[in-house]
Amino acid sequence: MLSAQGFGDPGKMKDYHYTGPVEHKFSPYAFNGGTVLAVAGEDFAIVASDTRLSEGYSIHSRDSPKCYKLTDTTVIGCSGFHGDCLTLTKIIDARLKMYKHSNNKTMTSGAIAAMLSTILYGRRFFPYYVYNIIGGLDEEGKGAVYSFDPVGSYQRDTYKAGGSASAMLQPLLDNQIGFKNMEGVEHVPLTQDKAIQLVKDVFISAAERDVYTGDALRVCVITKEGINEQTIPLRKD
Amino acid sequence: MALQDLCNFQDIFQDSLTKLCFLGTFEKNTACDYVSSLSTRSSTSLFNFYIPAAEYLDESPIQFGQISNIQSSSAISSQESILSPSSLPTSLPFASSQSVPLPFPMSHGTTTLAFMFQGGVLAAADTRSSCSGLVACPASQKILPIHSHLVGTTSGTSADCALWKRILARELRLYQLRHGRRLSTRGAAKLLSHMLHPFKGTELCVAATLCGWDGGEVDDGCHAGTVIDLRGRGGTTKSEMTDQEKYLDTLNEKVSLPETQSSTFSEQYFARKKVSFSGPGLFYVCSDGTRLQGTLFSVGSGSPYAYSILDQGVRWGLTVDEATSIAREAVYRATYRDAYSGNCVDIYHITSNGWTRRTREDLKEEYYREKERRRHEGRGRQDVTVSE
Repeated sequence: MLSAQGFGDPGKMKDYHYTGPVEHKFSPYAFNGGTVLAVAGEDFAIVASDTRLSEGYSIHSRDSPKCYKLTDTTVIGCSGFHGDCLTLTKIIDARLKMYKHSNNKTMTSGAIAAMLSTILYGRRFFPYYVYNIIGGLDEEGKGAVYSFDPVGSYQRDTYKAGGSASAMLQPLLDNQIGFKNMEGVEHVPLTQDKAIQLVKDVFISAAERDVYTGDALRVCVITKEGINEQTIPLRKD
Repeated sequence: MALQDLCNFQDIFQDSLTKLCFLGTFEKNTACDYVSSLSTRSSTSLFNFYIPAAEYLDESPIQFGQISNIQSSSAISSQESILSPSSLPTSLPFASSQSVPLPFPMSHGTTTLAFMFQGGVLAAADTRSSCSGLVACPASQKILPIHSHLVGTTSGTSADCALWKRILARELRLYQLRHGRRLSTRGAAKLLSHMLHPFKGTELCVAATLCGWDGGEVDDGCHAGTVIDLRGRGGTTKSEMTDQEKYLDTLNEKVSLPETQSSTFSEQYFARKKVSFSGPGLFYVCSDGTRLQGTLFSVGSGSPYAYSILDQGVRWGLTVDEATSIAREAVYRATYRDAYSGNCVDIYHITSNGWTRRTREDLKEEYYREKERRRHEGRGRQDVTVSE
């Protein structure tokens, strides 16, 4: 269905005043919005995402969460172009199954991260337009967060925000979890309850200021007992 | 299998029978990508890339599938084998096809530097990874160790640098296992340059300096009788040599040999037919094809500022501490002036024992220290003028 914006620059609103002759070209990408966040604690990890799926001025769905469970100890959050998110998660699931069948054990978070990096780089010349963040527990049981760029560059972090509101959320996380840019503050390690509360507050702020974030928040808490999911409502406008 | 093709996964135990069955069933399909990709894929390719067919991207999806001449170029893997580096893959439509316009920016902008001195090789870099205005990561690692005696600084797109370093590390390890010795820094630079050559003209952007220490190991197949102690060399030749060569001379105690040699040893060395260089090596490799040897390099958007500090201070005879402080100062000045460099500084030092890493230092503290110093100096100057 041809949307009102046409095939303009994905993610930006089309100018409705006359700017001169414009060449229209089919773009294989679309920007479907959404924000993903992951925080790693001492023995837990949290992956949270909003559930709004939008394109330009329209909202396609209010119930499209962006966290996907990969194994009992790993959850991935993908935001960007929904078509590529779906295909990428299918490919990751398939590769996980193949690994399980040939090696008789489930992939660890670090191994999934390294594998995802090569999957993404394999499409270096026609990238998956997806911002990935993997959250899970590493082999020692500590929380781990791996953040990726669309072509496969990755590293392990303590916290990371990705997606449309990432530029707004990342400084807030730097300040609250990393205690950056503050003087004379005691560095308290993050507890699970405080982390969940912080994630909820951070998403409420994101929904206020970013049009592509809202509707509901899906939080997945990963501990050694398993993965616990909660859904919290957000602004629907 | 569709799954294998989609995931570019190669089962090592895939037997030829199943391959033939697939070829048989898919033969009738004219728009078949599987046949070409199954037959052209081999286990010696370095990396399988998905290259989009430009024709499919030009057409809008409504007319998809009505194109008359269907090219099977959409799932071709790039065939680079180190066994035949001269066979460039002809199926890559890179330079001619228009690449897909990307909706997101890539990470760029950095300051990295490396230089050689009497204590080995020193490599330093900042840690900011920026993405057209946004700092994507304030704590990225731009100096990646490749093996125990080789370290590479990365500049350009971080994904490209990280992946190509991994591929290089894999190839060097295979070389070491096959030949029983580590590949020299010069060889590693040549290997990297040849691996990147097929992608010349594409948007791949890698500018790396390889800093390493070669040799120091006994070559395989060398006989004990030919091991010569070079410390007993004639005193007359020493005065003609430069600092660098004198250093290499004192270093080489075993079979390795520096470039200049006196005639008394020539017979025995030529009989061995193997001359290997031992010592530090520094090479700059770029994805546009440049491969240079040198003693001082600085790469990135902050490199002009770093060069000014380095050209002023770097000499062969520096001590390790002096060299570290010059490198640190150079990165600090570059981060001060260049918007795309910043945050912390990483310093790696490579000697004959391998590489050592200095703890990452946040340059924010340095700014405040400098401000304090300036303030004290200003006050001192004021006192002097008052008393006069």
